[in-house]
Amino acid sequence: MTEQEIRQLIFQLLKKIAPDTEPEKLQPDDDIRHTLEIDSFDYLQFIVAIDEQLELDIPEEDYGKIDTVKNMTNYIISKKTKKV
Amino acid sequence: MIEFTMPSLGADMEAGTLSEWLVKAGDKVKRGDIIAVVDTQKGLIDIEVFDEGVIQKLVTKEGEKVPVGSVLALILSDKEQGNVKEEKPEISPIIEAKATEKVAVVPPARIKASPLAKKIASDQGIDLTNIKGTGEEGVITKEDVEKAIAAKEKPQEVKRAASSETIRMAIAAAMSKSNKEIPHYYLQTKIDMRNSLNWLSEANKQRSLKNRLLPVALLLKATAKALTIVPDLNAYWENGLQRKADINIGFVISLRGGGLMIPAIHDGAKKSVDEIMATLSDIIPRARVMKLRSSELSDSTITVTNLGEGSVETVFGVIYPPQVAIVGFGNISEQPWAENGMLDVRPVLSVTLAADHRATDGHIGSRFLTELNNILQNPEAI
Repeated sequence: MTEQEIRQLIFQLLKKIAPDTEPEKLQPDDDIRHTLEIDSFDYLQFIVAIDEQLELDIPEEDYGKIDTVKNMTNYIISKKTKKV
Repeated sequence: MIEFTMPSLGADMEAGTLSEWLVKAGDKVKRGDIIAVVDTQKGLIDIEVFDEGVIQKLVTKEGEKVPVGSVLALILSDKEQGNVKEEKPEISPIIEAKATEKVAVVPPARIKASPLAKKIASDQGIDLTNIKGTGEEGVITKEDVEKAIAAKEKPQEVKRAASSETIRMAIAAAMSKSNKEIPHYYLQTKIDMRNSLNWLSEANKQRSLKNRLLPVALLLKATAKALTIVPDLNAYWENGLQRKADINIGFVISLRGGGLMIPAIHDGAKKSVDEIMATLSDIIPRARVMKLRSSELSDSTITVTNLGEGSVETVFGVIYPPQVAIVGFGNISEQPWAENGMLDVRPVLSVTLAADHRATDGHIGSRFLTELNNILQNPEAI
């Protein structure tokens, strides 16, 4: 999966959770939750959706590493390459 | 005969429109069955029945707006059926009449429509029998079908927009009533959440992603437990204080398009933290699309508002009548914390209580917040 594909997947899953927002307008360093006004419940649904799509169980202590689109993309790449 | 009436789904509701019947005369119903959909200021609500029996008669027609308490249908209870046998035949003609009605509809009249119109209609789920053709010899054209699709989509859009606005009006009405009639008093305390958050973090390590607990589930459980110790806050004010046996916490859920829904988490004291989390996972998505059951909107005995998602530290609630208290949770943030002569940094939660002075006084309110604190210091015992 390329960086671009991961970003697209993030946008797509965010759009599903917050249909009235425009995730594709997020800047790489924007805080995802604050910018899109996603609460902790919806954020958990988002992380569950990431797991379902990528088989990536993100532990709670790593939530701080996935706060922006850039960080999340890098996190996914590093985890997925480690697995392989 | 049991009268099934238009329920009150909150202090602010005066009337509702019967949107759809999901049963017909002669149908057997049991407690908890959803038998009708009612359009209220809070959107379309599934209405449950609380008796067992057979629907004798549907009194209110679909589309009719009636005041709260009006009879919507008559239900013949199981007991009555046994005793009053002669009433049974009365039902049969109604069922038969309904049945014949349906049969009459089955053989459809031949519909003249262009192949393209037929294809679009079947793709979009449009019934051609309801469309008047404007083509030659009344043939239904592609344009006729497109018009029908547009007409079908339009009212729904209008309804949505109205809903968000009517929710706002319903909240305003309830809160005006509350501020006018209820003498509120307010208390606030700060709770050290270190033990609770550590417990949650350990608990979540044992759980799969899907079953992870959010702090709010623990806060709701702790609230319910504290209310078992201080039951005067779990009550209605209706001609005096009416304590409620079940602790049904109304949990404020904000809708993304504006407005709020406050579904009840039934029997909070008897549920485990995991069960409360599972209930939240069930009701939050349904509340967001305004698909709640009548019991979830009418059974709350106290309200909890959790504004802790943003940077708000403290929230002072307005009581939802006829309840007598509302608990407000702010965000959990790191703060300097002095204890035993030492200064430390701890995750701190600001909790408020707004309560009805006719029902309780500050002493009882203070006991509740103290118990809540005690419970959150020992989460393993919850």
